[in-house]
Amino acid sequence: MNDKTQGSTSVGYWRLVLRQLKQEPLAMISAGVLLLLVIAAVFAPWLAPADPFKASMLKRLLPIGSPGYLLGTDELGRDMLTRLMYGGRISLIMGIVPVLSAFCIGTTLGLVAGYVGGRVNMIIMRILDIFYAFPSVLLAVAISGALGPGLSNSLIALTLVFVPQIVRIAESVTTQVRQLDYIEAARMSGASNLSIIRVHILANVLGPVFVYATGLLSVSMILASGLSFLGLGVKPPEPEWGLMLNTLRSAIYNKPMIAALPGAFIFITSIAFNLLADGVRSAMDIKK
Amino acid sequence: MIKQTHSTLISEDRGGPAQPLLLVRDLKKYFPVRSGLFTKEKRFVHAVDNVSFSVSKGKTLGIVGESGCGKSTTAKLVARLISADSGKMVFDGDGVVEYGGIALKEFRKNLQMVFQDSFASLNPRLTIEQTIAYGPTVHGIPAHEAKSQARELLQRVGLSPDQFASRYPHELSGGQRQRVNIARALAYQPRLVILDEAVAALDKSVQAQVLNLLQELKQERQLTYLFISHDLHVVHYMSDEVMVMYLGQVVEKGPVERIFNTPAHPYTKALLSAIPSMNPAKRTLKPPLEGDPPNPINPPAGCRFQDRCPHVMDLCRNVSPVLMNVTNIDAFSEHTVACHLNQGMRL
Repeated sequence: MNDKTQGSTSVGYWRLVLRQLKQEPLAMISAGVLLLLVIAAVFAPWLAPADPFKASMLKRLLPIGSPGYLLGTDELGRDMLTRLMYGGRISLIMGIVPVLSAFCIGTTLGLVAGYVGGRVNMIIMRILDIFYAFPSVLLAVAISGALGPGLSNSLIALTLVFVPQIVRIAESVTTQVRQLDYIEAARMSGASNLSIIRVHILANVLGPVFVYATGLLSVSMILASGLSFLGLGVKPPEPEWGLMLNTLRSAIYNKPMIAALPGAFIFITSIAFNLLADGVRSAMDIKK
Repeated sequence: MIKQTHSTLISEDRGGPAQPLLLVRDLKKYFPVRSGLFTKEKRFVHAVDNVSFSVSKGKTLGIVGESGCGKSTTAKLVARLISADSGKMVFDGDGVVEYGGIALKEFRKNLQMVFQDSFASLNPRLTIEQTIAYGPTVHGIPAHEAKSQARELLQRVGLSPDQFASRYPHELSGGQRQRVNIARALAYQPRLVILDEAVAALDKSVQAQVLNLLQELKQERQLTYLFISHDLHVVHYMSDEVMVMYLGQVVEKGPVERIFNTPAHPYTKALLSAIPSMNPAKRTLKPPLEGDPPNPINPPAGCRFQDRCPHVMDLCRNVSPVLMNVTNIDAFSEHTVACHLNQGMRL
């Protein structure tokens, strides 16, 4: 780790993590798969072979590999490949955005609760315990049911599902770090609370919380697909993997391969997220 | 040795050598113990109970006692890391955090602390250089200046800056980390340094090096040390004065040679006889003390040492002894002890 040839130029922590991550084949493959999916989703309008909304009654449920329709067509004769690419846009947003916003909100709340402690901690944590009382699927369904269907509402619902979990991690790590001697030493040097949090606590709390949050990406995507499947997410004819799974379920007996395709994409994406998260976790273990 | 570029940071000696650098009066800290859910009665651990002492400029006051006697709590109270229930502190003639005295931020510029756990006291995500430079930047020193100062300090504590400045704590050995902690403590010219078991976790040879470094730095920078340890050899070597604590109270206090040669309190005697001797003929054959210290929650009335004291009298069970002079050595130092035995002899 500390190669003597490099002398004093020890590299920064995150660069070290990145270097370590490159040594893990599974994580790198997952990252590659995710990158492909993201590119396909972002550039769908230019890359997709057809119009995702153009239906054709004559070409319903064509099998995989039909000429002109690489992955076949769905129950309304729309090109599956195109719809899967477009569907990736919403599904990936549903996977990433709630986790990202929950990461920001949850870390802030957790830091405050952990650092201030006492009554503030008790109030924040007890309120979040209320959210904990429900299973996360039920909570997501309940919140987006109350807010009504739609993309932004399901994003809000999923964010609310993840905030308590992230707060709990952030709070427990902060409470641990806060008792360490280097925080006392920083207080001895007359530093303000803000400076102590910024310099000494944040860097040590973000790591574990980040690892936990990457693990939530796949959960979020699956939950979002579930909401769409139940009709609480985006509305048809919008392409979205969970929703496609729902509308294709009638075809499950005559064209099972086609019906399984959106599910396969959900599966591949979430497993790639999970493997990448595992890789990041072990790469971050180099220190401490 | 080190360029003193920041004269503003160094508070000058104002009261002269005769004025103690730090005066502590009746420091008291009780920690509440959470009792059962339905019991109203509140109980307290008497962690530090009416502790008073003073440290002269340029001297080292050693604080000894077994674990749990309140040494570290005393250190944290002095450093204001926890607030005292009552008590007064005077720093070079100024009351600390009181009207007309010096503010907390000002006080902390003058006082630094080195902790026992060299790893826990360094932020694992900061390089050595950043750790040392952090304090001065908090006080408004420009970052590049703080960094060059940090490198000079590293050099002074015996770590080559080229090799160590950009290392992380986990890449260092225990002794090296403790040197970094010392460098950090010296980063803005404190006058009082609290060493809380600073060498306890190091092995003997490294311990000796660090102790010598501390002695050199003390000479060089006119530092005053509050040296807390359970290791009597180390305290003997480092201290000018020694204060012995038992269960949150001071039982004996005096110049180091007096305490080690003619201890007056039975507890100090027992403590000293527990030092392993190099001479086989002087081997301790029976344990110097029996039993455990009493529960610090609601300690017994009278002398707190009564249950373990070989000379216990009726008086000890009812009246707690106060610190009284055994002998005056000179104008500045005296040998005091809190034991009825001694006071009885003087009457």
